[in-house]
Amino acid sequence: MYAFDFVKPTSIDEAIQALSEGEAQALGGGQTLIPTLKARLADPGTLVSLAHIADLKYVRVNGDVIEIGGGTTHATVAAQAAEAYPGLADLAGRIGDPSVRNRGTIGGSLANNDPSACYPAAALGSGATIVTNTREIAADDYFQGMFTTALEEGEIVTAVRFPIPQAAHYEKMAQPASRFPLVAVFVAKYADGVRVAVTGASNNGVFRWAEAEQALSSNFSAGAIEGLRHSAEDMIADIHGTAAYRAHLIGVMTRRAVEKLT
Amino acid sequence: MTTISMRVNGKDVSAAAEGNTLLVNFLREGLRLTGTHVGCDTSQCGACVVHVDGVAVKSCTMFAADAEGAEITTIEGMANPDGSLGTIQQAFRDYHGLQCGFCTPGMVMIAADLLKNNPDPSEQEIRDYLEGNICRCTGYHNIVKAIQAAAGQNVPSVAAG
Ligand SMILES: Cc1cc2nc3c(=O)[nH]c(=O)nc-3n(C[C@H](O)[C@H](O)[C@H](O)COP(=O)(O)OP(=O)(O)OC[C@H]3O[C@@H](n4cnc5c(N)ncnc54)[C@H](O)[C@@H]3O)c2cc1C
Ligand code: FES
Ligand code: FES
Repeated sequence: MYAFDFVKPTSIDEAIQALSEGEAQALGGGQTLIPTLKARLADPGTLVSLAHIADLKYVRVNGDVIEIGGGTTHATVAAQAAEAYPGLADLAGRIGDPSVRNRGTIGGSLANNDPSACYPAAALGSGATIVTNTREIAADDYFQGMFTTALEEGEIVTAVRFPIPQAAHYEKMAQPASRFPLVAVFVAKYADGVRVAVTGASNNGVFRWAEAEQALSSNFSAGAIEGLRHSAEDMIADIHGTAAYRAHLIGVMTRRAVEKLT
Repeated sequence: MTTISMRVNGKDVSAAAEGNTLLVNFLREGLRLTGTHVGCDTSQCGACVVHVDGVAVKSCTMFAADAEGAEITTIEGMANPDGSLGTIQQAFRDYHGLQCGFCTPGMVMIAADLLKNNPDPSEQEIRDYLEGNICRCTGYHNIVKAIQAAAGQNVPSVAAG
């Protein structure tokens, strides 16, 4: 690891101030950033730890919306969102392993936007709103391709608001070594339609499968998407799976998710 | 270089650390508590698991500075006060839950975390909880048996060696 200074603000304002001072980078749970630093793939001058800001850690239900602070760990979401939004809590409780879930945060996962990460599928699949220190961004505008988001330099995710669906399920085919999704699909059924978000599959990161959404919105059953195939164009191809295999898995995961909900 | 203080295995301790000092290096090099192991550089093996404020954490994937003032338990804190092996440690011994022993500190710490949250886990729950702890020797079966035994479940004993 290269050397850096380490600061521990206790308020969002102090954190933003520290991040504005050149070459500074936010540290959430460090479950992605610390391995990156060990590999010397990042060289910040200062790390600004968000772990000591109480205002970033909460799970709150307001009517039909659940709001989660950007510094809330996966383990806390798994425990505290279980009643209000079980599909989301279940996703959080299956990220990585117990020790990773005790440190990793929702804000860090959404800021990183790994093309195989779990939370981006829940945020896009729920039509969530990403709240930052300066603005609110609709999930449809937030995810802008592999490891790319609408966040500006020094901007942090302070909260995420998920409209609570009638039902939702996350179906994940784990890559056997990393246990990240090889392909995973989040299906959420709302009064005004169904959303289907796919992670792990595309070179452009998380995306919505419009044809499946249409079919499922008019008939919410696995049969409605029986013949539907996703194109292999722009799918990730690596040692774990070809583009065609990933495209195939999108259909399989979507059908399994719907079967679990019907 | 700054001095960082925390409470480790019930004792107030402090040692020097840089901004980039990992908790595991603080424990091993700063405090000479070398029971906590480092098995990988990728946050995957779990040999380094300790408890920070009561929850399991990979100490290779947390900075010492973030643990300032925290309550830490390491494998050195798992024995009984008289120095005899704690329940989980004794079960690992009785059920041959270790061979080379490299993964064992992390296995014992994750097992303790599991049993705190779920005192009577099923075999599948134990295996799921070991997701982030890798063992190159045992094939896991005897680790699972040891944890079942530590939970007070009736497990067939292994052949005497
Ligand atoms: C063994 C292992 C298995 C894993 N398995 C999975 C898995 O199955 N599925 C999955 O989705 N993930 C998995 N992860 C990743 C894990 O979920 C990470 O916790 C997550 O991706 C990053 O969150 P973090 O809080 O640790 O962020 P960090 O690692 O601290 O930061 C990641 C990036 O986000 C930035 N950042 C952090 N917090 C904020 C914020 N609030 N606002 C703006 N920027 C911020 C940082 O500057 C950095 O660029 C795994 C990780 C490990 C080590
Ligand atoms: S040394 Fe910490 S996970 Fe391998
Ligand atoms: S006993 Fe050797 S790695 Fe587990």
